[in-house]
Amino acid sequence: MTDVGTVVAFWMLAVITVGAALMVVAVRNLVHAVLFLVLSFIGVAGLYITLSADFVAIAQILIYVGAISVLIIFALLLTPRASRDNAETFLQGPALVLAAVFGLTVGAVALVTDWDVAGRGPFSETAAAIGEALLDKYVLPFEIASVLLLAAMVGAIVLVRED
Amino acid sequence: MEVQLGHYLTVGVLLFSIGLYLALAKRNVVGILMGIELMFNAVSLTLIAFSRFVESPQPIAGHVFVVFVITVAAAEAAVALALAMVVYRNRGTIDIDQINLLRW
Repeated sequence: MTDVGTVVAFWMLAVITVGAALMVVAVRNLVHAVLFLVLSFIGVAGLYITLSADFVAIAQILIYVGAISVLIIFALLLTPRASRDNAETFLQGPALVLAAVFGLTVGAVALVTDWDVAGRGPFSETAAAIGEALLDKYVLPFEIASVLLLAAMVGAIVLVRED
Repeated sequence: MEVQLGHYLTVGVLLFSIGLYLALAKRNVVGILMGIELMFNAVSLTLIAFSRFVESPQPIAGHVFVVFVITVAAAEAAVALALAMVVYRNRGTIDIDQINLLRW
């Protein structure tokens, strides 16, 4: 990945993704926090594209940006205006320490470890290979995932049904 | 200046830490869910980066795994937000400081 465009794109997307995630923590209005979360999801989709993961990038935009964020906003708008602040509990201090310790530990391990880096270039296109793998080697997890989605859909409908 | 595996892993770690903080510290149930979604994204980004850079007999397996992560995340979001709605209907709040039914 020596190409200048990829390097510039990576740094811009990395700053957008992490900055938007920090804004999710910082803004006081929860609706604005969801909008920054959407921006962070879009940044991650862009990072997938710089990793030549075209299918996953499109799935990310369709499902996270399109569906999950709308679901979160929908749930937010069904609750009263008063409970839409983005405040912390009394656990803010310990949570900050734990997140920092976790980040430093895992970050250090990830950077120190000598990964077995392959010399192959980017994937040319991934959708066909993913489709073949899903229906060949990973067909059982694929079927289980469809049952899981059905169960989650039925469960969500039963939970919020008025009776 | 080249973009290496370490750059993507650093972004993944930062995203995961921010998500962890959100999930642990926020008072609103929806805020906690947003933190969990951020952690899902961080893990997916790491998997895709490993799939792209690390030597493997089957490089595409990381992508397949991320497709499953996205599936499970969608199921989780639907059920968790339904649960938040039920809690709000029964308790009148989704502030987790007020949801203390199991407290001694």
